[in-house]
Amino acid sequence: MADVNRGNRPLSPHLTIYRPQLTSVTSILTRITGNALIVAALLIVWWFLAASTSPEAFARADWWITSLLGDVVMALSLWAIWYHTLAGIRHLIWDNAIGLDVPVAEKLGWAVVIGSFVLTLITLIIVA
Amino acid sequence: MRYLTDRKRAEGLGSAKTGTAHFWSMKVSAVALLFLIPLFIFTFGPMLGQPHDAVIAYYSKPFPAIVAVLTLIVGFKHFAEGAQVLIEDYVHGLAQKILIILVICLSYAAAAAGVFAIARIAL
Repeated sequence: MADVNRGNRPLSPHLTIYRPQLTSVTSILTRITGNALIVAALLIVWWFLAASTSPEAFARADWWITSLLGDVVMALSLWAIWYHTLAGIRHLIWDNAIGLDVPVAEKLGWAVVIGSFVLTLITLIIVA
Repeated sequence: MRYLTDRKRAEGLGSAKTGTAHFWSMKVSAVALLFLIPLFIFTFGPMLGQPHDAVIAYYSKPFPAIVAVLTLIVGFKHFAEGAQVLIEDYVHGLAQKILIILVICLSYAAAAAGVFAIARIAL
């Protein structure tokens, strides 16, 4: 019944023994993309703040954000925001207890992955 | 330990019985961002790399300015709540509390700075 030996029991293995699956990988990517977007968000705030300050300040911020490193960060962030948006839609669907069975969940997973790349490409073509 | 009854050991180990308000708040901002993010991407995106006077002229217009302000406010609110859940999952004790406070303060500060900047450009 009640466990007297609480505290130093062996933990059941979890992350280390499971083969990564589409559903688990797309899940953790939702968290990673959402939190990593803080980098682009702060860069964009800096860009707006610099634009509102002076042409010199703007030139400095704009140089960083449109440099090679800035382009890489912004392009990755563009993919991240589309991924996180599509993954968010998947969660809004799941919240209604729809699409939770494995075949549908896997299809939704592929839709999120493929959709994020397609939307990123379309955005880059339109915007850049 | 062995003097405790089974019931006493089980008490307080159930669900947290709280958290729906946090979930609902994130759901509201998520639905709002579903509309705001595409609008922001296709208004802010073309301005990235443009000269200073073009950026000032564009963000003096109401639509792109309001879209940017709303995206920053709702986006940073959504970030603060999401990052809080991330911290709660992986960090515990005093470090957890400090990190959550820092994340929330950073989000408020960044949103305020962004809104101030856009207002200054637009007005």
